[in-house]
Amino acid sequence: MGKKKTPAINSSSTADIAFLLLCYFLMTTTMGSQTGLSRRLPPMPEKDQKVEDTKVNRRNIIIVKINSADRLMAGGEPIDVTFLKEKIKEFLSNPYDDPNLPEKEIKPIEGFGSCPVSKGVISLQNDRGTSYRAYIEVQNELVKAINELRDEFAMKNFGKKFLQLPEDKQDIVKKAVPQNISEAEPKDVGKK
Amino acid sequence: MSKFRKDNDREVPGISSGSLSDIVFMLLFFFMVTTQMRETENKVMVKLPEATEVVKLERKDLASYINIGPPTRTYQAQYGTDARIQLNDSFKTTTDIRDFIAAERDAMSEGDRQFMQVVIKGDQDVRMGIITDVKQELRRCSALKIMYQARKSE
Repeated sequence: MGKKKTPAINSSSTADIAFLLLCYFLMTTTMGSQTGLSRRLPPMPEKDQKVEDTKVNRRNIIIVKINSADRLMAGGEPIDVTFLKEKIKEFLSNPYDDPNLPEKEIKPIEGFGSCPVSKGVISLQNDRGTSYRAYIEVQNELVKAINELRDEFAMKNFGKKFLQLPEDKQDIVKKAVPQNISEAEPKDVGKK
Repeated sequence: MSKFRKDNDREVPGISSGSLSDIVFMLLFFFMVTTQMRETENKVMVKLPEATEVVKLERKDLASYINIGPPTRTYQAQYGTDARIQLNDSFKTTTDIRDFIAAERDAMSEGDRQFMQVVIKGDQDVRMGIITDVKQELRRCSALKIMYQARKSE
């Protein structure tokens, strides 16, 4: 008694057990982060508050409408989605100070100095029958236009692309090229 | 010629497999840490629309999800093929969004509430009507930070 040695536990199967667990986690895992288009909704107007005529000058607003057949209308004329980006860029930058395009306001920006900031607002209107895909496509074009303008501004002033700038410089660019997209109150846009 | 004597009697030592389990455990821990379980069952089919200018969702713990799409095959007999809203684990209507947002807000810590973000997971073939309703309801609950979830396309 007592002389018998306890046999060593065979550990070669721990690898198998670990493999089983590994396979389980491999199957259930969902990698990849979620991506999307970030937006801020306007707050709901108070009940007793009258819907005021917003004092936005006509030249400062571009209305982008999508109807139920996913057709697009920007600034009063039908347009293809592929031309929308250029139109928005022209609208927001107004390179030749066209009196029909938005005016610019010299605004002081903290840490940068004064620079002209466009007062242009993009108003996006859609029909209840518009497909979500078309809506996202248009939203995407609008963001793309603004991102390109920001890149141009960043290149001109800091010599780098917008995303490669440090955070404080990014804030300056964001103030110089604001993202003014208004998702207007829902209304039915021509069912024709 | 004894220098070139063949020594057939020498054996190749076997590779020790003792460290195999360590390697596997390392992989295991990696996946355990990065994994996140799907906590809700998908009852609607969502095929996300594509976009190029997407940004990453910054804080996943502050996001609440609203799924919008046609019910999956198993539920189609019961609910039809029209687009529905799924909150947490069940089909809901727009009027339930208020309670859902309130519950999600309560679950967050005081300081995080202002950063709350609502992620709209909409199927790409959904009509905008239902999404507009959801947006209006979110505005009424003053949950204003939203994100339209989209796949990055190249």
